[in-house]
Amino acid sequence: MVMEIVCPAGTPASLRAAVKAGAHTVYCGFADETNARNFPGLNFDRDEMREGVKFAHDHGAQVLVAINTYPRAGAEAIWHRAVADAEKCGVDAVILADVGLLAYAAKHHPGLRRHLSVQAAAANADMLNFYASEFGVKRVVLPRVLSVPEIAAINAETAVETEVFVFGGLCVMAEGRCSLSSYATGLSPNMNGVCSPASHVEYHDDHGALSAKLGGFTIHKVGADEPAPYPTLCKGCFSAGDASGHLFEDPVSLNAEKLIPQLAKAGVTALKIEGRQRSRSYVAQVVRNFRAAVEAQAAGRPMPEGMLAQLTEGQAATAGAYKKIWR
Amino acid sequence: MQLTVGPNQFFWKADAWSDFYDQMATAPVERVVLGELVCSKRLPFYQDRIPGAIETLLEAGKEVAVTSLALVTLKRERKLTAELADAGVEVEVNDLTTLAYLPKDVPFSVGPLVNVYNEGTLGWLADRGATRICLPPELPLESVTALAAEGAARGVAIEVWGHGRLPLAISGRCYHARLHKRTKDNCQFACEDDPDGLSVRTLEDQPFLAMNGVQTLSDSCASMANQLEALEKAGVTALRLSPQTGDFARVCQAWRDRIDGTLDAAALSAELETLSGGMRLSDGFLTGARGADWSRAKEGEPA
Repeated sequence: MVMEIVCPAGTPASLRAAVKAGAHTVYCGFADETNARNFPGLNFDRDEMREGVKFAHDHGAQVLVAINTYPRAGAEAIWHRAVADAEKCGVDAVILADVGLLAYAAKHHPGLRRHLSVQAAAANADMLNFYASEFGVKRVVLPRVLSVPEIAAINAETAVETEVFVFGGLCVMAEGRCSLSSYATGLSPNMNGVCSPASHVEYHDDHGALSAKLGGFTIHKVGADEPAPYPTLCKGCFSAGDASGHLFEDPVSLNAEKLIPQLAKAGVTALKIEGRQRSRSYVAQVVRNFRAAVEAQAAGRPMPEGMLAQLTEGQAATAGAYKKIWR
Repeated sequence: MQLTVGPNQFFWKADAWSDFYDQMATAPVERVVLGELVCSKRLPFYQDRIPGAIETLLEAGKEVAVTSLALVTLKRERKLTAELADAGVEVEVNDLTTLAYLPKDVPFSVGPLVNVYNEGTLGWLADRGATRICLPPELPLESVTALAAEGAARGVAIEVWGHGRLPLAISGRCYHARLHKRTKDNCQFACEDDPDGLSVRTLEDQPFLAMNGVQTLSDSCASMANQLEALEKAGVTALRLSPQTGDFARVCQAWRDRIDGTLDAAALSAELETLSGGMRLSDGFLTGARGADWSRAKEGEPA
C-alpha cells in the first residue's frame, strides 16, 4: 500500500499545484476564523472551495476541509455553517477539533466523513477509540508529542486511521493545549486560528542589534548583519536560572522523510505536510519529493537521499518527538 | 461565590505536600482538588499520602475531587487514569481521555485544561455527566458570561481561574530536563528545585513565563481581584485558587474577605503581591488586550 500524502493548500492555485504534483489529498480551510491558519490573503471562499473540490476529484485527488478552531461562545453558527457548506461543496472529509462541533456534525451531517484535528491532541489509543465511538471519527491526526514506537503501539490498539506530520512547522507544545500566543498578543490558535501573529510583531534596531518583539515581549535578538528569524514564541531566546538560549525549542522545522519506512511499519495511513501559508512552488516541490518517497517505500526501493535539504535551508531540521530523545 | 483550591501544579516534597492539605482542611474554601496534574513521574513520591489527605479534607467538610493528568500518553498513565474513579471521590477531568474510563452514570467535573469554549461542548459534557466546569483561563468575559448562562440552564456550576500562575501549555518535552541538558526519561527531577516554577525572562530581562517540567506557565500571577463583581454578575459559581508555596491559607482568607466585602480589590491585590513575594498580577485574558495585562497597572508598568 502506498501511504497517502496529505498536502496543504492556502489558495486555489496551491491546490491545483499540489494535485498536479501528485498529492493524493489536499487540505484547506475557509477564509475566516473557523480554521487554524486564519492568515490574511489565505484560504478559500465557498465558490473557490466548490471549484477546488471539482478540480481535485477530476484528477483523482481528495479534499479535506479543516474547521479546527474552537467555536466562540455565542457564535457557534459560524462553525456550523462551515460544516454544512463543506458538505455542500462535496469535500471528502472535515477535520474538526471541538467536541461540541464533532457532536453537531455527527448529528446533522452523518454522511460527512469526520477526521480529528491535531488541535484535539488525542495522544493515546483509548482516546482515539473514544472519538470513534462517540463521534464516528474515521481518522485522527496525531499530536507531535509521540515517538514512532508509541505511534505503532497506538495503531496496534485501534482501527481508526492515523495521520502524522512529516514536514514543515513544528509545534513543541501539545496542539490545541497552548495559549502562549494569546498570553503575549491576545490572539491564539484555539480561538482565532493564529499563533504569534504578524500583526503583533515589531522589529527594533537596538544599538546595532536587531530585536524581534511579539506583543511587546522580546523573542529574539540578533546582530545587525545576521538574518532575523520570525519571532515564533516557543522558538524564542529566553533566560532562566543561569542559562539562556532556546529554552523550549531551537528555530527548527520538522523533516521526518527518513522515518517514512518506520512510519509505514508503525501502521500510519497518511503523511501530512504542514504549510498552508507556503507558496505553491514550495508545496509542489515538497509534494513531488514525498510522493516519490512513498512510492519508493511501497515498492521496497531505498528512500531518495536528502531530497528536501534546500527547502529547510537556513533552518535546521529535526525529527521532533518521533525520536524519543527529543523529549 | 465559592472558592476551590485547584490541584498543585508543581513538584513538592511529600512532607510539604501533606502539610499543605492539612492547612487546607481549615482554610475558608468549599472545595479542594488534589492529585497529579502535570507529570506522572512525580506521583510515586507522594501517592501514598493522597488517601489520608482526602480523608482529612472530607472530615473537615470540604468537597474533594481528584484530578486526572493533563496529558495522558503512556500505558502506565492510561492505567493510572482508569483507576482514578477508585479513589472514592469525584474525578476532575483534565484530559478527555479520562471519559473513556468513567462509566456513563458517574458524575464528574471538568478542569481548566479541557477545551470548553462554547455552549455545544458544555452541553455535550453536561449530557455525559459533568456537574461542574472550570473554564479555560484564556476565555474573555463575553465567553465566560455566555457559558455561565448555559451552565445555569444545564445545571452545571461554572468556575473561573481566580488566582495563580496560568497554565499556558503542556508538552511531551520536559523543559526543566532540557535546561539541565538531560532527557525527560533521565530528568533527575530537576523541577523539584522550583516549587513555584522557574521564571523565564526575555533577553531584556523582562519576566515573561515560568517552566514547570513539561508545563509552561505565566510568570505573572493571574488574579481576579478586580473582576469579582463582573464574574458574580455573569453568574460564575466559584473561583479557583492555584496552590503556591508560602502562607496559602492566608491567600485563601484574603480571597474570602474580598468575597465577604471586608477587603476591597486594591487591598486584596496589595495583600496578594506581598503573599506572592512581589509577583506581578494579571487579568488580561478576561478583559485586557493580551493575557499578560493587568487592569490596574500603574503608569509606566506593563498594561
